[in-house]
Amino acid sequence: MSSEQKILSTDGIPLEESLKQAEKKNKIKAFLLVTPLLLFLIITYIIPIADMFSRSIDDKMVTNMLPKTYKAMEQWDGKELPSEEVFKAFYLDYKILVENKTAGKLQTQLNYEKNGFKSVLKKLARKQKKFEEGNYKEQIMKVHKRWRNVDYWRAIKRRAPSYTYSKYLKGVDMYSNEEGKIVQVAENRRIHRILWSRTLEVAFFVTLFCFLMAYPIAHLLATLPMKYSNLLMICVLLPFWTSLLVRTASWMILLQQQGLVNDFFVWIGLVTNDNRPEMMYNKTGTYVAMTQILLPFMVLPLYSVMKTISPSLMRAGKSLGATPGVAFFKIYFPLTIPGIGAGCLLVFILAIGYYITPALVGGASGTLISNQIAYHMKSTLDWSFASAMGLMLLTGVLVIYWIYNKLVGVDNIKLG
Amino acid sequence: MSKKEDFVKFDKVDKSYDGKVLVVKDLNLDIEEGEFVTMLGPSGSGKTTCLMMLAGFETPTNGEIYLDKNPISNIPPHKRGIGMVFQNYALFPHMTVYENLAFPLRVRKISKDDIDKKVEKALSMVSLSGFGNRMPGQLSGGQQQRVAVARALVFDPAVVLMDEPLGALDKNLRESMQYEIKHIHESIGVTVVYVTHDQGEALTMSNRIAVFNDGKVQQLSSPDKLYEEPVNSFVAEFIGENNTFAGEISDISNGSCKVKLDQGEIIANPISVKSVGEKTTVSIRPERALINPKDKMDNNQKGKIEEVIYHGDHTRVRLNLLGNSEFILKVPNSSQNLDIKLGNEINIGWNSHDARALDPK
Repeated sequence: MSSEQKILSTDGIPLEESLKQAEKKNKIKAFLLVTPLLLFLIITYIIPIADMFSRSIDDKMVTNMLPKTYKAMEQWDGKELPSEEVFKAFYLDYKILVENKTAGKLQTQLNYEKNGFKSVLKKLARKQKKFEEGNYKEQIMKVHKRWRNVDYWRAIKRRAPSYTYSKYLKGVDMYSNEEGKIVQVAENRRIHRILWSRTLEVAFFVTLFCFLMAYPIAHLLATLPMKYSNLLMICVLLPFWTSLLVRTASWMILLQQQGLVNDFFVWIGLVTNDNRPEMMYNKTGTYVAMTQILLPFMVLPLYSVMKTISPSLMRAGKSLGATPGVAFFKIYFPLTIPGIGAGCLLVFILAIGYYITPALVGGASGTLISNQIAYHMKSTLDWSFASAMGLMLLTGVLVIYWIYNKLVGVDNIKLG
Repeated sequence: MSKKEDFVKFDKVDKSYDGKVLVVKDLNLDIEEGEFVTMLGPSGSGKTTCLMMLAGFETPTNGEIYLDKNPISNIPPHKRGIGMVFQNYALFPHMTVYENLAFPLRVRKISKDDIDKKVEKALSMVSLSGFGNRMPGQLSGGQQQRVAVARALVFDPAVVLMDEPLGALDKNLRESMQYEIKHIHESIGVTVVYVTHDQGEALTMSNRIAVFNDGKVQQLSSPDKLYEEPVNSFVAEFIGENNTFAGEISDISNGSCKVKLDQGEIIANPISVKSVGEKTTVSIRPERALINPKDKMDNNQKGKIEEVIYHGDHTRVRLNLLGNSEFILKVPNSSQNLDIKLGNEINIGWNSHDARALDPK
């Protein structure tokens, strides 16, 4: 039989087709079952991310305020002063803005591009009422001598595109200067890079501490007899059932300078009363509180993997002549790697976007990038910048996931 | 080289897990070098505990275990040099078959060439040459079992322990593996201590069998002796099929005794009874009782057939005999012209030598 020949069902319909028909109902049913979830995902996840993205690159405001100017500027090469046409178009656009009392926004935006633009524009707003018809170039240049400087016109032209990546540059402490080159901001203003590296550092060490603490706990959970392991499990899960805020607040009570831990140190004579160490409002506080809060996310995947490892494997290793240490590292440890991978990935990704705990116990040196995002969302109202940083964080997580997949393989993850 | 008689020796070993119940009581057991000894018993009889104590995963509560005359209670398992095959194979799932077999050699720091040779030899011994690169998960249950056996033998241990190694296999595979293990044992002469609850397995494979019950060895002897001459009613019941009569000794002399039953009286061979008036359980193997015996036998009774079950090679007949309605007969398929029909009365005879008067249950 040639491979081209189609296999027919008993009724003479090609087998593939008849299978498709038979499966059709199931497929529809399956699709309907997942539809609510799909809609939910689209509405609560895909759409907001798309909206965030468009917001982060959106720069239509200036473009929409000066439509005629940008149309006229299409011909301009940007080397010398623009022609009369551009001056006229700008005069007409600006006149409308002044009449609508929205010129202030334009002034602010253009002042971002070129310092001192605001005063020039304000002066123009006052003088333009007396403008006569024709020869706008001369009239405008007469209002302020800076209009003769081509740099100011270039500044306007730079805002022509409806889209910009300047927010992303700002997120890594860079900007594009007047010549359109991408440069770093002054050294004393590079705060975002510090935050990014601190976020990665905190996430890394929190993951490490969680791993070091969770491994023995998970092992104990998996090997203890049922009645003890249940109790221990409750101890692990109890923080899970407590509000995040309450847990963070209790860490504040414990860690503050007049707090319980410090009192204890003084009592046992580890430190003197005048030299109480600061354990809060810095990185230490962030480490301690985050490790405790994220610990269950490491314990549970490890536990579920360890539970499946038969105790006879370690016995077999020992009976074959391996010391307990060798048996552990050659047999037990490699078998727990799927759990380690899952736990570390989970904790790292949660830690990298952690917000409440660093905000409450982090102080100045313990805040993370998410606190900066929240700051721009709530205080400066620079939502497009907040969106840009949010997306950078998301991209970072996806990159980590990709690297993890290359190194360990996502198939090896075991969550239970 | 003469074989050491007490190569493995359990000396007055007691074991308790909770301080209240003794799982193993006063265990004394000598195992000869190169011997295949099976610990047989129902679950909870202490046989696996004994094995674990020998392997070093449990410590005796009292008494001492000797390996080649050296006490081993204080030696950790990895220094005992005892190979072990586990119930669920316990192959390392993240290592290939080769790596599994090489593991005991690598931890002993044997050179790479020697490892290759030994692994290859062990694999061919269990007829799995060429499977070195497979992962355990890609093998069938029987193959995994053979890898486990090869791994326990590859580092030439003095003793190999097997803890119900065939329990997870299906019947046919189990039988062929029984022969395979037996042949491996015969060809390399290693001492094997084997634990099972399957009496068929024990009878086919072992040089000697230790029947465990209630934390004690009930009988330690060769398979044939165990079957033909059980020393107490537990062994008689546990090994093979058995017809029993409960009664009281009414006369005892010259190596035979009379046992008075509720209905009638039979002549039996006194094993664990000594005086008139003792209660006893008389045990007769089904194949020792014959229908219409030609030779003169000293027990002759009439019984009524209550059930006939065809088994192919033989037919099982259940009789009501002397008030015991569970009396089983095995009639070989070659016996002809026997009037085996439901409700018929037939003559049954057996030698008093085969009717063993044991302790009452």
